[in-house]
Amino acid sequence: MNNRKKLSINDVSRGDDLLSSVEIEDLMPLPDMPEEQEWKPIGESTLENYACILDNTAILPIPRPKTTEEEGELVRKFLTGMEKLFQKENNWTFYSQLVTTMDHCVKCNTCSASCHIYEASGENEMYRPTFRTEVFRRLYRKYVKKEALSDWRNGPIDLTWQTVARLGEMAYRCNLCRRCAQACPIGADNALVAREIRKIFSQELNITAPELHEKGSMLQLKTGSSTNMNSLVVKDNMEFIDEDINELSGFNYETPWDVEGADILLIHNAGEILSWPDNVGAFGIIFEAAGLSWTLSSDLAAYDSINYGVFYDDVQFARTALLHAHAAKKLGVKKIVLGECGHAHKALTVIADRVLPEGMKIPRESCFPLLRDIVFNKDGKYNNIQFDPSRNDFPVTVHDPCNLTRLMGIIKPQREVLHKLCPQFREMTPHGANNYCCGGGSGFAIMGRNNIPDWRMKVSGRKKIEQILNAFSDCRGPETPKYVCAPCSNCKGQIRDMIEHHNLLERENMIYAGLVELIVNAMVDVNPGFIKWEDDMM
Amino acid sequence: MSMLVYLLVYAALLVFAAAVIIRFVSYLRNPIHVRWELYPVAHEGAKAAYGGSFMEEVEWWNKPREVSKLTKAKAMAAEILLLKAVWEHNRSLWFVSFPFHFGLYMIAGFLALIVLGAITGLSGVPFTGEIGPLAAFISGLTAVLGPVGLVLCLVGATGLLLRRVMDGDLRTYSAVSHYFNLVFFIVWLILGLLLWWTADPTFAQLRGLVANLISFNPEAIPSGLLTAWIAVSAVLMAYIPLTHMSHFFMKYFLYHDIRWGDEPNVNSPETDAKIATVLNYPVTWAAPHVLSEGRKTWAEVATWNPARQSELGSEEEA
Repeated sequence: MNNRKKLSINDVSRGDDLLSSVEIEDLMPLPDMPEEQEWKPIGESTLENYACILDNTAILPIPRPKTTEEEGELVRKFLTGMEKLFQKENNWTFYSQLVTTMDHCVKCNTCSASCHIYEASGENEMYRPTFRTEVFRRLYRKYVKKEALSDWRNGPIDLTWQTVARLGEMAYRCNLCRRCAQACPIGADNALVAREIRKIFSQELNITAPELHEKGSMLQLKTGSSTNMNSLVVKDNMEFIDEDINELSGFNYETPWDVEGADILLIHNAGEILSWPDNVGAFGIIFEAAGLSWTLSSDLAAYDSINYGVFYDDVQFARTALLHAHAAKKLGVKKIVLGECGHAHKALTVIADRVLPEGMKIPRESCFPLLRDIVFNKDGKYNNIQFDPSRNDFPVTVHDPCNLTRLMGIIKPQREVLHKLCPQFREMTPHGANNYCCGGGSGFAIMGRNNIPDWRMKVSGRKKIEQILNAFSDCRGPETPKYVCAPCSNCKGQIRDMIEHHNLLERENMIYAGLVELIVNAMVDVNPGFIKWEDDMM
Repeated sequence: MSMLVYLLVYAALLVFAAAVIIRFVSYLRNPIHVRWELYPVAHEGAKAAYGGSFMEEVEWWNKPREVSKLTKAKAMAAEILLLKAVWEHNRSLWFVSFPFHFGLYMIAGFLALIVLGAITGLSGVPFTGEIGPLAAFISGLTAVLGPVGLVLCLVGATGLLLRRVMDGDLRTYSAVSHYFNLVFFIVWLILGLLLWWTADPTFAQLRGLVANLISFNPEAIPSGLLTAWIAVSAVLMAYIPLTHMSHFFMKYFLYHDIRWGDEPNVNSPETDAKIATVLNYPVTWAAPHVLSEGRKTWAEVATWNPARQSELGSEEEA
């Protein structure tokens, strides 16, 4: 328990200093790791122009009101958005989930212990899953439902510009991993509340995290990818990757593009193409070796599975999902298979299931069951690939992306592959549906402004790095190479940053990558050494 | 006075039924929502044990959907009867929450036996003097369930109140309504125990009163304590479904429709029709990327590409 002043709910509405600060000495300790550095100060111009009044970082660029009129305008717009959030027409997507959470939480705080951010921060009250929800719930009862004597009955709250600014920021201190919802005896969902607050800011106030909106979903709608690669650039890049991978692996293949009538439209997170080309190359090798009929699409957004709308905006979500479905329909493929990207899995296979209209429905599935069936050559449906597990004879652990496991229930296929191909595979504790988020979830992994990376390392990613270190507790030190299998682009980015932050390549000889790299590394028809322990992994 | 209490009970029953029905119907009239399931999903059969889903299979849409009522029933029983989630995630609270809730279940059983006894009595089975095995069974079980349930629930309610008062973490999130609800329960439970201890140890008076309520025969209520307890019971019954305590039945939707609501949209014209309905809902969100060029419905807005100022999927974008 930290020694900070105990916060009350209505503290969010007062003063324009930081609501609280995460002190270094309060952080959850890590096993045999040095203490963290102090927070860097946020830049003067950011402090001057934006309402940085929550904690040691700033994610949502909320303009700092300069006049009373501007303060009133911020409050008015927020309240208008809040009213729309509780209208069935404007929020049919999440109306049922939101209202039941608002009405039935018994405030038992059972969810608190399940939150990695709350725990890692030394139980800082502002990060308790129920804190932002309680602020929001009191506002809902007082200003939306207009309940009589609400302050007295439900607890006091004032809707000031500070309340709005801090609530907006608090919505971005949650990874949306929904571990708190999993623990709730009632079924209330505090993570959803964080997402819905983000929605008000985006859909009504037009205030968004730029990495998710301008440089994310809007860029994807404009050029086809949040990486800013258009279809020509992405094809060029894939051509280079094909050449490099062919040379490295000794396995010759060419990535097929826009093949009409193929069985599978494979959609990668385009971040893999830029940052982890071995991953997309490994997919190519496996799919070709298995004899699949597959293709990539160069249509707008169809070569980038990201759908950042799932983190903050229903409209942007729907537009991206429609583009993915449209590309598949256009090619006439039998199904879409999603590459190693957790939120893309969840977005297109689960959430879009009740968004895509009848004419746009196309079967969609995860790559992991398919990879499992290929490795085991289930029912003899695939070319038989020979594996040599001794090539993977080093300690391997697997990170469970929340979107894939807790939110989709895809847990066993990747484990079956790891058990077959990795002799020293070991689990993290806990794992599967009860996993901890990597700390980069809900878009944080791609954010680099202000102190955001520092916050990801010190706070949101702390529990995951503890889990990783504990998984390798029997082989700590640089003598033993270690592999963290992180089959999700967002998670991979976060784990890359954590390995760098804690200097784990040097201290522990630890690298990270996906599942397909391990599969290819064990393929007899591929040159040994597909996985490298060199600096260029970082 | 007795007549007022009879009327109060009838009114409370009506309020209770109306509140429950309104909440149910209100939820059922909500538009379709997006899938938002959370694993483990209890009806996934063997996969539920580790949190797996049907999506672990290649081309799951071509395979028969297997839904296990058994694993679902097991999960429901563990959650409803034993408060499994509280046990796993908030053990210290479980030691007060469990007796409170289990005590309530016992009281509900006790009241059901009272009603059963009253109906049995009205049908001519004697509950005094020479009584038969059915009446003996009902009255015997009633005599056990009632006091045990009241004591267990009182222990839990008092513990919950003390936790709310003494635990700083819980106090921050507790409002007048929380304290009021628990005090209300405690008063009701103490009155119930006093009634049993001092005036109606076999609950014969209560059974008689319920028989009178069932037969619309407003005879005088034999004791002041019974009058007080039945009046408080009536108000509490009407009050519960009007508060967040309605979770006792709304939890059905929170679990079955949301948390375990994983039904995929495969060959479901009904779901397609619901989606078509919501896609024609009006949208009034004000951000410029949402509303543009006079587009008014979800379908119109979602098929507009604000970054290219064109319709999604149009030739210009390819």
